[in-house]
Amino acid sequence: MSELTTRLAVLARHRLFWPAAVLVALLAANVAYRPSFLSIELRDDHLYGSVIDIVRLSAPLILVALGMTLVIATGGIDLSVGSVVAISGAVACLWISELDDQNSVGGVLVALGLALALALVLGAWNGFLVAGLGIQPIIATLILMVAGRGLSQLITQGQIITINSAPYKLIGAGYWLTLPFSILIVAVVAALAVLITRRTALGLIVEAVGGNAEASRLAGIRSRRFTFMVYVVCGLCAGIAGFMMTSNVSSADGNNAGLWVELDAILAVVIGGTSLSGGRFSIGGTILGALVIQTLTTTVYAMNITPQTSLLFKAIVVIAVCLIQAPAFRAAVTRWRRTPTPAAAPAPAATEVRA
Amino acid sequence: MTTTTATIARGAAVKRYLPVLATGFLLLVMYAVGVSQYRAFSNVQVVFNVFIDNGFLLVVAVGMTFVILTGGIDLSVGSVVAMTAMVSAWLLGEHSLHPALVIVIALLIGPTLGFVMGCIIQFFEIQPFIVTLAGMFFARGMCTFISSSSVPITDPFWTSAAQARIRFGEDNFISPSVIIALAVVAIAWYVLAYTGLGRNVYAIGGNQQSAALMGLPVARTKIAVYTISGLCSAVGGLLLSFYTLSGAPLIGVGMELDAIAAVVIGGTLLSGGSGYVLGTVLGVLVLGVIQTLITFDGTLSSWWTKIVIGGLLFAFILLQRLIGTRRS
Repeated sequence: MSELTTRLAVLARHRLFWPAAVLVALLAANVAYRPSFLSIELRDDHLYGSVIDIVRLSAPLILVALGMTLVIATGGIDLSVGSVVAISGAVACLWISELDDQNSVGGVLVALGLALALALVLGAWNGFLVAGLGIQPIIATLILMVAGRGLSQLITQGQIITINSAPYKLIGAGYWLTLPFSILIVAVVAALAVLITRRTALGLIVEAVGGNAEASRLAGIRSRRFTFMVYVVCGLCAGIAGFMMTSNVSSADGNNAGLWVELDAILAVVIGGTSLSGGRFSIGGTILGALVIQTLTTTVYAMNITPQTSLLFKAIVVIAVCLIQAPAFRAAVTRWRRTPTPAAAPAPAATEVRA
Repeated sequence: MTTTTATIARGAAVKRYLPVLATGFLLLVMYAVGVSQYRAFSNVQVVFNVFIDNGFLLVVAVGMTFVILTGGIDLSVGSVVAMTAMVSAWLLGEHSLHPALVIVIALLIGPTLGFVMGCIIQFFEIQPFIVTLAGMFFARGMCTFISSSSVPITDPFWTSAAQARIRFGEDNFISPSVIIALAVVAIAWYVLAYTGLGRNVYAIGGNQQSAALMGLPVARTKIAVYTISGLCSAVGGLLLSFYTLSGAPLIGVGMELDAIAAVVIGGTLLSGGSGYVLGTVLGVLVLGVIQTLITFDGTLSSWWTKIVIGGLLFAFILLQRLIGTRRS
């Protein structure tokens, strides 16, 4: 018994424990509400099921959050990802809508290339402001967040561009090897990110820059170059996410595409245990965080609550997770527990999530 | 000797006011462009309309100035504005409460939320960005929780407040909301320039550790600025409900960005410690005049507003950066 509690205590200290616990609690709540929730079936060689849907719908968020994780790891933040999502989706859809044959693979590839190049330029612009001019990241990226939304509306002329292109549709809504194609893209990008950051020194360097940019520069790391690079990578990730979102609905809406995705991405990163002050990051945590956010949204939908009320639940989860991870709060709770009144506090996360 | 000191002091003062002066100059240039392009632009009512249409933003941006001066940020303001308008509309319509009581309740919600956020930021050392983000989600969620569609306001006090006109001469007028907004500006200016709280705000924004070592009440001041920001958002929400005569779950989306942009364009450093309420007023006016210019032009679409604001943000941040580098 005591061995079990020690093991549990060790487990609880793992930094992925709380996000995972929240995810499990959410899934359990869903199963309690609808027992068939976890079932997955094979239909027309495609896998179907609520869980698959959650993963498919969270794919763009995971991508954006992966880029955001690296930016936050360097101690920065990128508020412009939502605008980049909208711009890249708008450019791709505009190009495809003007093709003679919207189903031509070549034309779609050119559209993707163009949009990605633009996303790269936008990321480089952010990187230039932060690393080159030394402007605070939150302000530097605020510029593109405001102006970028205007740019995406300029590209679509304020209209919703509708397209009918089978190859483009594949990105967000298609299936390959029985799995949704978007999940495969995310899996590849995530695997690449893990390989590059954990099998090479790159991850360590990014963490070093985030821990103390000046110290890492004195240690011989070209910290500015790496800071610049993470913003470019973040822009690219947002660009690909833009394809997924617009492909899923076969249309680009410059006004609403990717709206508030920057906030969700930051939340995913924070829920995943990456500190906003930089210096450490966890890609697995971010993916868990994004899944938590999407599961929460799906749960709220499934329980027939007004969609936007999900914001209320998001607020509660965010504050709960942040408090649990905050050293000051943990210290306060421990102090409180030591006082003799044993009407001890139940674990805050578990109660508040089900509320 | 004395002359050099005086020159240095004057130089420092000029440098300190340079961002505000730049904003004022920009405002004049934009107004001159408007007057030279469109005949009706020189009408005094155009200026009054900028105030009428942006009174609520002015109040919200003043609250944001306090927070940003301490080096923090408040993302919840737009949602708190919406929540205040929503709760007012709901209490007036569904519960037929007395208008005075509704105003008191509406003015309590914002500061309470601000106080709670300030406490979490201060005592649990969680970043303002995340805490106020949660506050934003919370307030926005509360709006839809109350009603998922727009709630009209038919209360006689509200409609009279919406329709009242304070006339200047034959055909120029302002609404009572403008008076309230300007009163908030005056109070904020007094508090920041002449009270202990104002001095503490600047000191904490300059260097929090030094402020703490000097024995300034850091915790109390930081909680106070988020409470003030919440109060300003609540006032802004009331003004907006006078303006639109309704509460809707999606009003004020993105207002926090407008407020932050106004503060930055007004020359307040986002790292805290330097800036003036007057700058924020000018910043709001710049945003308002951009909007007016685009409306007058007629061929430009609304998205140009965002692109121009983005460009201005860039220009002013660059300006601040240049001044900052020279100083250090």
